[in-house]
Amino acid sequence: MSERLPVKKTYKLFIGGAFPRSESGRTYEAEGQNVARASRKDVRDAVKAARGAFAGWSAATAYNRGQVLYRLAEMVESRVPEFSELCSGREEVECAIDRIVWYAGWADKLPQVLGGSNPVAGPYFNFTVPEPTGVVAVLAPEEPPLLGLVTRLLPPLVGGNVVVAVASDQRPLAAIELAEAIATSDVPAGVVNLLTGFAAELGPWLASHMDVNALDIAGTDGDAPELERLAAENVKRVVHGRADVQSLWEIARFLELKTVWHPIGQ
Amino acid sequence: MSELDRTQQGAHPVPADWTYAPAPESREIVRIQERYGHFVGGSWLEAAETYETIAPRDEEPLAQIGQGTAEDVDTAVAAAREAFANGWSALPGSERAKYLFRIARILQERSREFAVLESLNGGKPIKESRDVDLPLAAAHFFYYAGWADKLEYAFPNRTPRPVGVAGQIIPWNFPLLMLAWKIAPALACGNTVVLKPAETTPLTALLFCDVLRQAELPPGVVNIVTGDGRTGAALVEHPDVDKVAFTGSTEVGKAIQRRLAGTGKKLTLELGGKAANIVFDDAALDQAVEGIVNGIYFNQGHVCCAGSRLLVQESIYEPLVDKLKRRLTTLRVGDPLDKNTDVGAINSRMQLEKIEELVAAGKEEGAEIYQPPCVLPEKGYWFAPTVFTNVAQSYRIAQEEIFGPVLSVLTFRTPEEAVEKANNTPYGLSAGVWTEKGSRILWMAQRLRAGVVWANTFNRFDPTSPFGGYKESGFGREGGLHGLEPYLRFDE
Repeated sequence: MSERLPVKKTYKLFIGGAFPRSESGRTYEAEGQNVARASRKDVRDAVKAARGAFAGWSAATAYNRGQVLYRLAEMVESRVPEFSELCSGREEVECAIDRIVWYAGWADKLPQVLGGSNPVAGPYFNFTVPEPTGVVAVLAPEEPPLLGLVTRLLPPLVGGNVVVAVASDQRPLAAIELAEAIATSDVPAGVVNLLTGFAAELGPWLASHMDVNALDIAGTDGDAPELERLAAENVKRVVHGRADVQSLWEIARFLELKTVWHPIGQ
Repeated sequence: MSELDRTQQGAHPVPADWTYAPAPESREIVRIQERYGHFVGGSWLEAAETYETIAPRDEEPLAQIGQGTAEDVDTAVAAAREAFANGWSALPGSERAKYLFRIARILQERSREFAVLESLNGGKPIKESRDVDLPLAAAHFFYYAGWADKLEYAFPNRTPRPVGVAGQIIPWNFPLLMLAWKIAPALACGNTVVLKPAETTPLTALLFCDVLRQAELPPGVVNIVTGDGRTGAALVEHPDVDKVAFTGSTEVGKAIQRRLAGTGKKLTLELGGKAANIVFDDAALDQAVEGIVNGIYFNQGHVCCAGSRLLVQESIYEPLVDKLKRRLTTLRVGDPLDKNTDVGAINSRMQLEKIEELVAAGKEEGAEIYQPPCVLPEKGYWFAPTVFTNVAQSYRIAQEEIFGPVLSVLTFRTPEEAVEKANNTPYGLSAGVWTEKGSRILWMAQRLRAGVVWANTFNRFDPTSPFGGYKESGFGREGGLHGLEPYLRFDE
């Protein structure tokens, strides 16, 4: 009797809650697998999906956003062995899970610590609240493949942004696994879009995209003058993200501040 | 003869007509030098090349101003670095605070002198420079003075440190106030400064150097280099400038962001706007009309957050526009130094030409123009308050920042439509909402993608209130606790 033939996974992109192949039909080999190699059009589709999801995600209650992200931690926890195979090991996975939980808990505290009321000299109740910047493009760090991506994804997400991320070129499988965890958590379609392929090819399209509001160039080790130049075209917020940092101030980098003058009268 | 005239006859003389008599503020309080150099390291650096600064109300030459070269900028940055390294950054915050308090007090004391000079050199009505620019500038120094020794309370669990030398470039619409917005937080946080005033309005910044002398600020902590865009570019590009702060046009802001790409310098940009001022049918109309007028004709519309797009709920379109037009006929356009003046002179010939070009485009594209009857002075740069109705969203006057006294009126039916239209611009600096319904104010405020939302008011500023844009209106905040962050670094 012959051995059972396993069903092999086709590694695809994650756009708008679905797993399409690259529209270009291209793949490349990484970690011994054929992985979709995203194109400019895939970038465009991902940004469009992200923009479409922004209104809902940014308007969700903070409590809801926190719970959804916590659910993501649950989903990753349930796949620890699989993730461990795709990164440096169990320790990295556990660290990534704890990081997701840490950020999930920030969702309903941001206006309290980052905003406030301002004592203006006049009959106005004046207050400042943080709000998400919009569509955030992330060039994920090359290493560590899972924790690096989680470190850069969670700060914009918890603040209500939507993300288009380019996974590590050479270690993309953890990102695809993460996409599957995201798809089975309650993160609305389009809130996170993950592209595999070459950051050097996709980065400029994201940096110059007029509907992308912020760019995290973590994957370039913070040195990407050409991407920064392109980002200036629509005054993008450029973030030199680090692969391993966990801080409230990372969230703040993807937030705008809105100040409202509300009249006081009879 | 009317009843009124008859009853008053005899007891009091009846004026022949009700026009205003001229009420010019005296210029005597201001002394302008013939020629200015750059203020570097606490003394005046002779300028090799100069240009003329004028009064836009009549093109009267006021002084010769230094055209800062790359070498001048280099000398100024070196002086700032020296002051940073040798004392200022290590000074206890409580001592820095006292210098800033001194500056605030001196500005209050000399406010009339500054107000007259501001109106003379910039063209804005004395009423505004006296009652808005100067009080706010002094308040800004007073506010940030108090922060200088309390920074650890603003950033719990972080160790705030000064950034170093800040290169600051300010616009011509609120010359002294923008200087205050830039210098006060920078100094409070322990930085030193090289500031370039706008090409057309350098005089109050140069007079401010005398305030620094009076306050005995250590030499090199604040340096002022005058000149045009070339001077600004030299400052932005200088390798020893750690932080760049720019207020001005979106076009130049983008160029600066491009130039700083890859340098790792901190950057804040406060750029243009095309704010929607949204009036609902339940708003107090007369109050709203005052807000609309203040929103777009304040400072001749030379305001980045000006309410240049009026969005009116369809059901009140006619009465509101009628009231607005009637109100426009009572605006007094003329001598900036006259205390009765509501709308002063356009800041420069270049700006006047830009306004004229966009207004011509508005007519060309099919909008209907209204300007109240008013006699504009023959000399100088003037533009009558203007309202465009019948404006489509695609018209240039509804999309581009005019930076002049020109209002575009559009309509909407539902709150959702108002939000959609208001947000339909690459800018996101400010917005206004007029309604008697508090819940609607907050509903709108949540949805407007803008850094400042005024409800039942407009163009209101306060040092405690953070100001700055979304999207292409820039990033970073000025004012309030949040205005400290751009001038600090945190090693974490």
